[in-house]
Amino acid sequence: MTEKVFVGQSVKRLEDPNLLTGKGQFLDDLKLPGMLEAAFVRSPFAHARFTDLDIEDARKMPGVVAVYTAKDLPDVMQGKRILLQVPNPAITNPITQEPLASEEVCFVGEAVAVIVAESRHEAEDAAERVIVDWDPLPAAGHCDTALKPGAPVAHSDMTDNVAARFSLGYGDIDKAFKEAKHIIKERYVPHRGTGHPMECRGVCAIYDAVSDAFRIWSSTQTPHNTQRGVVDMFGMPEDKVRIITPDVGGGFGPKNQVYPEEMVIPAAAQMLGRPVRWTEDRREHFLTTTQERDQVWELSAAVDDDGYILGLKGSLIHDAGAYLPWGSIMPYISATTVPGPYKLGSYKIDVTVAFTNMVPTTPLRGAGRPQAVFVMERMCDLIGRELAIDPAEVRRRNFIPADAMPYKMGLTYRDGAPVIYDTGNYPESQNKALARAGYDTFPERQAAALKEGRYLGIGIGNYVEGTGLGPFEGATIRILTNGRVAVYTGATPAGQAHKTTLAQICADQLGVDISDVDVVVGDTGMMPRGAGTYASRITVNAGSSVRTASIEVRGKLLKMAAAKFDVEEDDLECVGGLVRIKGEQGDSIGFSDLAKMTSGMPGYVLPEGIKPDLEASAYFTPPQATYSNGSHVAEVEVDPETGLVTILNYVVVHDCGNVINPMLVHGQVQGGVAHGIGNAILERMVYDEDANPLTTTFAEYLMPTAEMIPDCDIIHMHSPTPLNPLGVKGAGEGGTIPAPAAIVAAVENALQPFGIRINECPILPQRIVELIDAAGTDKGEE
Amino acid sequence: MPDGKHTREINVVVNGEPISAAVEDRYSLADFLRKVIGLTGTHLGCEHGVCGACTVLVNGDAVRGCLMLAVQAEGCEVTTIEGLANADGTLGKLQQAFMDNYSLQCGFCTPGILTTLTAYLRDHPDADEPEIREALSGNICRCTGYDTIVKAALSVAAEMKGARA
Repeated sequence: MTEKVFVGQSVKRLEDPNLLTGKGQFLDDLKLPGMLEAAFVRSPFAHARFTDLDIEDARKMPGVVAVYTAKDLPDVMQGKRILLQVPNPAITNPITQEPLASEEVCFVGEAVAVIVAESRHEAEDAAERVIVDWDPLPAAGHCDTALKPGAPVAHSDMTDNVAARFSLGYGDIDKAFKEAKHIIKERYVPHRGTGHPMECRGVCAIYDAVSDAFRIWSSTQTPHNTQRGVVDMFGMPEDKVRIITPDVGGGFGPKNQVYPEEMVIPAAAQMLGRPVRWTEDRREHFLTTTQERDQVWELSAAVDDDGYILGLKGSLIHDAGAYLPWGSIMPYISATTVPGPYKLGSYKIDVTVAFTNMVPTTPLRGAGRPQAVFVMERMCDLIGRELAIDPAEVRRRNFIPADAMPYKMGLTYRDGAPVIYDTGNYPESQNKALARAGYDTFPERQAAALKEGRYLGIGIGNYVEGTGLGPFEGATIRILTNGRVAVYTGATPAGQAHKTTLAQICADQLGVDISDVDVVVGDTGMMPRGAGTYASRITVNAGSSVRTASIEVRGKLLKMAAAKFDVEEDDLECVGGLVRIKGEQGDSIGFSDLAKMTSGMPGYVLPEGIKPDLEASAYFTPPQATYSNGSHVAEVEVDPETGLVTILNYVVVHDCGNVINPMLVHGQVQGGVAHGIGNAILERMVYDEDANPLTTTFAEYLMPTAEMIPDCDIIHMHSPTPLNPLGVKGAGEGGTIPAPAAIVAAVENALQPFGIRINECPILPQRIVELIDAAGTDKGEE
Repeated sequence: MPDGKHTREINVVVNGEPISAAVEDRYSLADFLRKVIGLTGTHLGCEHGVCGACTVLVNGDAVRGCLMLAVQAEGCEVTTIEGLANADGTLGKLQQAFMDNYSLQCGFCTPGILTTLTAYLRDHPDADEPEIREALSGNICRCTGYDTIVKAALSVAAEMKGARA
């Protein structure tokens, strides 16, 4: 038997057979005996008080078992709000949601009552019968206007909408601006969008009165966070609250937080003594699942004659939405991501986080980074435009050189550690992308197209992304008595194929096939501690833990077999689920037999050398983030009549260090770019000035579809990190992060003849036409 | 005002099996499949006819399970993802091509994409890439960025062409 190596190979996904045959078990697929279904009564106002909730009619509706408002929830929940996940001293008003609003609602969709019925249809019928005496209040709209004096406040007990303020920077910014030949200013406005996994959220709960314990299934990225939230809300010990994630149909960030429904459904199950489920529908998803990306940036760059950036300063307003479930994390990430691959002489940013009466914002694929990269890259383009230097050359001059690694930027990152870029070659990344994109010959293509009346443009987006954040993600490896290898981990996949990648890492260390490894994910009952799937962190954290624990288990297997055969451990090897004596005709013993020996016989002492623990646990704790990087180049055609943008070519250079499974990384990058294309030209969550959502179906909020997403030309660079034993970096978000920057730059470049600037994303067709019309009008007046 | 459930008996053949069952008038075909006969492989992604996750085959045509009422399926043959495997339980051609090409990530939209492509490739075995992309344009996949799905469809089309030659 030859020893297989799985790490580095595009092995087929262990997840696929079930998912391809309809045997997946997503939240709404669970069938529990006696299960009831829930529907919520939600606010139609962005901001309102309510005095009277009349639930009598609803209670009498067919199939209805119970109707609960805030005051009907268990005593232990009264007056409580959901746990703030990431507290920070900069937060002036750390307000999170109530499980059900008790007297004031602060965004359209906030829940005030829940109906529990025999079927979802009946629950929805009854929800329409709840009569609420609303008293609408003025609403805080866009974060920019929300901070203006006299703006309506998002919560009636506040005096203004400031949620947090902080500043950060490095270097002598005043000196830079005093000495610079050119001061270049611009305002940038990224807009809201959201994750839209194809499976919406959902939660299902059972209360076991005998054990006074909950078992809760949730379509979440972070079951351990949900557990913390439930433990805090109900005042129960951790071991009485088990959170299980079934198959999760996509996450992209918004499933990485604790929601009110994850409190209310368990409460209903407890009060009724029956399983209760709520499955979010798409309309609810548009209204109540967290979003991100509304920001306003005012930036000034101090630049010398050659385009070297001596300093960058300005302000960032970040829209928190109505509550702060994730604290000030995204604007902090934004602020620290701006410098990216560039050696800025100095940097200073003043950040204000604003409450608005919109659904809260939490990390969404990229988590504050797409906006930061957008403003930095657009500023590079603007510098090039003002100083008549090619935008690629502006970047080239300002890159951190490869020999400066590890590079200490001078900021503290979101993980509390200094920003120290570990490895990477940023100039080479852009060089490769430009070469593959035919950047040098683009002006000819552009000129030729223009002669035919076609508008072609090209744009660049470079980024550096802090990935693999702590605190930890653990793994326990156990050899079962049937000879199979079990891996338990806090990792919680939503399509990333963690079962496959973690099995690859484990199988290599134990000399088994990946089909002999069962990876158990996302179950707090099987893995007591965990952090969850966000921040492109699972391969770094859980992967490293799997490797470490597997090596320890291999040591135990060898030790036991050495005792059994009375040989040295060095004379043994693990191959094909056996431990055998090296050489042609060596004795061997199966994992199964070794595992059985650890069980011993009732009342007897264990044989010498045998211990009852053929398992090991490891919790990898990264010392700091490991920094992935990449370069995107987009070539587009724009129809100025309709504003339609067609992506003609899309090149990606991507560096996430060592790769466990190349095809899975490919999928993350290609899928990430598709999301980024949505963020660049399609997906805008529109609200009116009173914070009413206007895009609440897929007919109004457009998702990327097959005919508009190109096959990306992806080049992989590999700069392994010394910060974890696998040398890996995160790969889940890099596809999305620079895409809006590259595509919007390309659109602007294509429309050069019209002289327009685009400082927002996404840029929708109607907006492109508006900008062209406006530019034309101005010209007419000259 | 609903004063009790309005139900009707319907007769359908689902994945080759004749079924007679009572269903509420207002239940969509997808609700019927999922809630009444327990075939949860058909997923609901938007319930307003855009995302395509709930696509099933009705008398061979790809149909949105969320936009058709169950009672409209009276007398029809319905095929869901549970009915796409070979008779011996092994993966069908398209399913296998999806596995070989990494054409799924979370797998939630996959049932609707498999059914859509099953009907399309049967009717258009000569389809080229732009045609396949257009055929897929009514199915949203948030994870993959579509390239590997298109690749799988093209590989099956090539195989079908080979089989006919």
